[in-house]
Amino acid sequence: MTTNTQPAPLTRRNFLKLGLGALSSLAVLEMGAASLFFMQPRRLEGEFGGVVNAGLVESFPVGSVTEFPDGRFYLVRAADGFLALSNRCTHLGCAVHWQANNQHFFCPCHASSFDQQGDVQNPPAPRALDTFPIEISDGQVFVNTLRAEKRDRYTPEQVTQA
Amino acid sequence: MSERTPTNQPRRSRLLYTSAAPDDRSRMRAVANNLILHLHPTKVPAPALKWSYTWGLGGISATLAVVLIVTGVLLMFRYDASAATAYTSIQLIETQVLFGSLIRALHHWSANLLVITAFLHLLRVFYTAGFKDGRSTNWIIGIILFLIVLTFNFTGYLLPWDQLAYWAITVGTSLLSYIPLVGQAISDFLLAGPVVGQGALRNFYALHVAVLPTLLILMMSYHFWKVRKDGGISQPKEEEMEENGRRRPIERLTTIPHLVQVEFAAASVLIAGLLLFAIFVPAPLEELANPSHPPNPAKAAWYFMGLQELLLHMHPLAAMLLTGLVLLALIFLPRLDRDAADIGHYFRSAVGRRAAALGALLSLGLIPMLVVVDEWYLDLPALLPGWPTLLSNGLLPLLFSLFGLFLIYALFRWGGRLRHSEVLVGLFSFIFVSLIILTLIGVFFRGANMALVWPF
Repeated sequence: MTTNTQPAPLTRRNFLKLGLGALSSLAVLEMGAASLFFMQPRRLEGEFGGVVNAGLVESFPVGSVTEFPDGRFYLVRAADGFLALSNRCTHLGCAVHWQANNQHFFCPCHASSFDQQGDVQNPPAPRALDTFPIEISDGQVFVNTLRAEKRDRYTPEQVTQA
Repeated sequence: MSERTPTNQPRRSRLLYTSAAPDDRSRMRAVANNLILHLHPTKVPAPALKWSYTWGLGGISATLAVVLIVTGVLLMFRYDASAATAYTSIQLIETQVLFGSLIRALHHWSANLLVITAFLHLLRVFYTAGFKDGRSTNWIIGIILFLIVLTFNFTGYLLPWDQLAYWAITVGTSLLSYIPLVGQAISDFLLAGPVVGQGALRNFYALHVAVLPTLLILMMSYHFWKVRKDGGISQPKEEEMEENGRRRPIERLTTIPHLVQVEFAAASVLIAGLLLFAIFVPAPLEELANPSHPPNPAKAAWYFMGLQELLLHMHPLAAMLLTGLVLLALIFLPRLDRDAADIGHYFRSAVGRRAAALGALLSLGLIPMLVVVDEWYLDLPALLPGWPTLLSNGLLPLLFSLFGLFLIYALFRWGGRLRHSEVLVGLFSFIFVSLIILTLIGVFFRGANMALVWPF
C-alpha cells in the first residue's frame, strides 16, 4: 500500500458530505442526550428520602433498637451514642429485620445476618449495613435518609454522641 | 352485487391482487397462500418436517409470542401503571372484569412457557449443530431473542406490584449494581431512583409494553428471514443421502399444505392446552408489596432461581462472571465448533450421544453434592479469615468452577479421545443440566431463611 499523505481536496461535494455527516451525528447525540435526561432518576414527592425527626433522645434507652419502617432505617442507641442503620441488606437489597431474641439483624433473602452495630455476622453480605447521617439538636434526633453512607465495618467514629 | 362477478372485478381489487381468481373461495385462498409464502419457502425438504427433529419448538415459541401480544394488549386496557393503584387494578382484573382472570392467566402462563420452549429450542439447535454451516448469525440472533424473552419476563414481573414482584425486582436490580464501574448507574437508571418505587414501575411498564415488543418483533422477523436466507432449517449434508452408491435427492414437499398443516395443528393443540390450563390454574397474586418486610423465603422468579442458587454459594460478582462466561461461550460457539460435517445429526454422533449422557450424569451427581457440601460443611470466609470476601467467597469458587469445567473437557478430550465437537456436546450438557438442577434446588429445596429443606 502506498502512503497517501495528500489530504483529499475539500471539494464542494466533500464539504457538503462532511457537513451532513457532522450535523446528523450532532442531531443523534442531541436526541440521545435529551432522551437520557428525560429518563434520568427522579425523586417523587412523598417518596422515601429526606430528614426524619426520630424523636427525643431520652425516648431511646441505651441498647435499644427502634425500627422506622417509613424511613427504612433502624435507630440503634449504643452506650456511647446513636447509629442509624439502613434496613437494606448490603448483599442484594432485601429489608433486614431486627430479631431481638438473637440480637441480630436478619435478611430473609439469603440468610445474611448483622450484629447490633451492623457488622456482618454471617455472609453472603459483603460489608456492614449502610448508615445514615444523624444530627442531634434541641434534644431531638434527626436522621437524613437522602444519602446512605457505605462502610466496610463498624468503627467508633460512626457513632453520633448523644 | 351483480358487478362483483369474477369476470367483472371492481377496479380497486386489482390494486391488491391482479390475477383474476375464478371465485371468492379461490381468491381468498390465493391471498392467504401469498401471506404464508412470504414467511415460508414454496417447498421444504421432507426430513425438515419430521416432528422428532425440531419438536416444533420454534413455531410453538412464535405462537406463544402472538398469544402474549394479544393478551398483553388486552391487559393494557385494564391495568394502571401506578404504585398506588397497580395492585388494585390487577385485583379488579381478577375479580370484576369478565374473563379478566382468564386473560391474565393466559398471559402469565404463556410467558412462563415461552421461557421453557425458547430454552428447549436453543437446546435443540445446539444438539443438532444447527448453528453451523453459515448459520452462526441466526444462532446469535436466537440467543439475543432468548435474552429479550428473559427481560420481558423480568419487567413484567414487577407490574402486579405484589410482594413477589417487589422483592424479586429489588434482588434483581441489586445484582446489577455489582457490575464494576457502570452497575450502580444502570441500576439507578432502571429504577429511576435508589429503591423500587413509582419511577421503577413506570420504567418497567414502558419497557414491557413498548420498547421490548418493538425489539422482539424486529428480531423475530430477522430470525425468520435469516432461516430462509440460510437455506431453511439445518439438515444433514445432502451428499450423505446415498443409496447403493447413488446419490438420492432429498424429497421436497410443497409448503402448502404439508408444512402449514403441521404448524396449524401444533398451534391449535398449544392454544387449546393453554386455555385449559389457564381456566383451571389462575395466575398467582400475592399480598400488596410491602417495602419494609420481605417474605421469607424471598425468592426470585423461577427462571432466575439457578442464578439465585449460585448467589448463595459465591460473591455476586463471581456468580455474574460465571454466568457471563457461559453466555459468551454460547455466543462464540460457532467459532469454537467449526466442524460442519455433523450438522443435522442429533448429538453429532453416537459417541457424542454418550458424551451428552455422561455430561448430564456427571452434573446430576456433582452439583447436588457440591451444593450440600458448601451449605453444611464448607465455609470459605471463616476458613480464610484474613481474606476479603471478594477473594475467599468470589475468586476462589469462580476459579474452582472454571477449573472443574476444564477438567471435564480434559477428561472427555484426552481421557476419552473424543473429537472436539463431541467434547463440547458433553461439556455443554453438563452446563445445561447444572443450570436445570440449580433451578430445581432453588425452587423446591429452599425453605425459610433459604435453608436447604426436603420438599416432600
